[in-house]
Amino acid sequence: MSLLIDRFVHGESVDQKSIEEFLGSHQFPIIEGSNATFVFYGQADEVRFRHWIFSLESSRPFERLEGTDFWYLTEQLPPGSRVEYKLEVRQGDQRSLIRDPFNPNLAMDPFGANSVCQAEGYETPDWTQPNPDARSGRLVDLEIESAVFNDRREVMLYLPARMRPTRRYPLIVAHDGVDYLRFASLQVVLDNLIHRLEIPQVIVALTQSRNRMGEYAADPRHSRFLAEELVPAVEARYPLIEDPAARCLMGASFGAVASLSTAWRYPGQFGRLLLQSGSFAFTDIGESFRGPAFAPIVDFMNEFREAPGRPAEQIFQSCGVYESLIYENRSLVPLLQKTGMNVRFVESRDGHNWENWRDRLREGLSWLFPGPLWMVYE
Amino acid sequence: MITLLGPQRQRPNLAAELSRAEISGPMAVVTAGWQERESEVDELGQHVGFPVVNLRLYDRAEKLFRRDREFFQAYRQRQERLRSLQRIYRERLDYTLGQAEALFRREGEPSLLAPEREDAMAAVRALDRHHLSRVAEVQAEFRERFDPARRPSVAAEREQVREELASVQAFAVAGGHVAILLNRLRLFGIADLVRELPIFAWSGGAMVLGERVVLFHDSPPQGKGYAEVLESGLGLYHGVLPLPHPRHRLRLEDPARVALLAGRFPDSLCFAMDEGTRIRSDEGTWFDAVGRRLAVDGSVEEVAA
Repeated sequence: MSLLIDRFVHGESVDQKSIEEFLGSHQFPIIEGSNATFVFYGQADEVRFRHWIFSLESSRPFERLEGTDFWYLTEQLPPGSRVEYKLEVRQGDQRSLIRDPFNPNLAMDPFGANSVCQAEGYETPDWTQPNPDARSGRLVDLEIESAVFNDRREVMLYLPARMRPTRRYPLIVAHDGVDYLRFASLQVVLDNLIHRLEIPQVIVALTQSRNRMGEYAADPRHSRFLAEELVPAVEARYPLIEDPAARCLMGASFGAVASLSTAWRYPGQFGRLLLQSGSFAFTDIGESFRGPAFAPIVDFMNEFREAPGRPAEQIFQSCGVYESLIYENRSLVPLLQKTGMNVRFVESRDGHNWENWRDRLREGLSWLFPGPLWMVYE
Repeated sequence: MITLLGPQRQRPNLAAELSRAEISGPMAVVTAGWQERESEVDELGQHVGFPVVNLRLYDRAEKLFRRDREFFQAYRQRQERLRSLQRIYRERLDYTLGQAEALFRREGEPSLLAPEREDAMAAVRALDRHHLSRVAEVQAEFRERFDPARRPSVAAEREQVREELASVQAFAVAGGHVAILLNRLRLFGIADLVRELPIFAWSGGAMVLGERVVLFHDSPPQGKGYAEVLESGLGLYHGVLPLPHPRHRLRLEDPARVALLAGRFPDSLCFAMDEGTRIRSDEGTWFDAVGRRLAVDGSVEEVAA
């Protein structure tokens, strides 16, 4: 069966009116099975599809419908995929990266927003959306005078709704915690999962580094800050369960490296790790191709691979198959499993982005911290 | 008389049912399933419009455990044994019920499939019965060594509860954590004290008063979501298996799941109880039901009084 776009562009008469009718009568991108059709309508000398899918050309040209300003491109996307992209529009020497004007779906990140194409079968999980029935946890600030960094660190804490001083709680330390709140709806996710009894009530320390590329890159000072300053500071103020099984480090990208390296340096302290799209660069021989920012990570990962020890008891690890880090993440799994740790590795048809990390939170958190779902019927 | 109700948080119908039963208070209530929030019964009192006597079974048990450490240690050991037993049962259930589910999802000639399905369900029911008997053994061993009825620390609390119940017109059990609720109700011998009172129970409260407690969730974040028998309930009623929060917990649009659940407990009316639902029983006869009934053929039928 031919695609809608083919039937349109090969139709009998295509003029401005019919283009406008076509644009007004469809949602874009048009998803037909595994085909996603993107369009652009406007003055341009060239339009390209820019995405971050590793192993595909990062830029693909649109085709122009002759004699018009209508441009189109059909891409094959496997079911369940979620792809973030922009359009590169060139007029003369001017190139600009823009969001798809015909696609209202956006994903935010610290650099702005991207358009999002949701392939057939992808659905935004309902537990990522606000639920008026779910009681909201509170966000409070905590300041820590850090001797390690010789400065003052601000940490935000998520405290669950209906928290009681008589009860003790697990602690999760989330790297890039404020970004998790802003771009991965972490507060909504926590509220919902707690409300649905899929995880227990938890306290989450949301850290945000001013120098994440340095400190999160396996910097031993960061590990010391977490283990010797942040955790004791939270312990001093809030009732925490004193058991490694109730202590978790989580993070994405460099944040996952910071989590793993801290658990490795402080074995027996953090029993649970949630590692998303970890930047676990290593080399078997020679230099890493990933550049100087990764150099300390490569050193750490090579050392870790030599002597992994048993940094935690249970690790949830996830990675998108459209990101280059899938290679390093897949490589790490058997190594982690060999240590005797309980490891679950999950892949998704997604990229290196916050909504991918958001979409894996339910599976990861509820596996690391199962809630009283089966026992509580209120 | 026993009235089972759906969840009460969003759209409570307890007051209406009390009024229909011409009960004007006071009423004893057990909220032990709420654990630390047990004392928060103000909203409940406002809803029913008359005084409620909170039996505070959770708090009583916590204090008792602190006072009687020997009893507490034995109690904890029993709970640990029960948890281990539940894990073993769950592993076996995954396999046995998995086989049954595969048959219920298989397409083919009904005359060939039906006996195979029934045989597979019989195996699941046999496993459930076996588990119930193993749990009963653990409970009996515990009672033999540490019978709460003969424990002075427990007896004193039971006497206080008996006195509080003497002044009420009705008895109610709220939902919450069903294992904690069931254990507290058993610990203080509540079943024997309330038999003559009109009883109102909702959600987890309704689940623990029946002949067996069945845990269920068709779409949990982990695992296959096979319903599990936890243990026997208080046995204050028979013939109904209340299933609260079906909108969140059951995939009623999936005939195979419905047939598996209903076929597993054929001696009971598997009754989906959303908010606003109810079913009443007097002298063993059920009537006045409003809710949804799960049928062994996988269908779901609205029941309206």
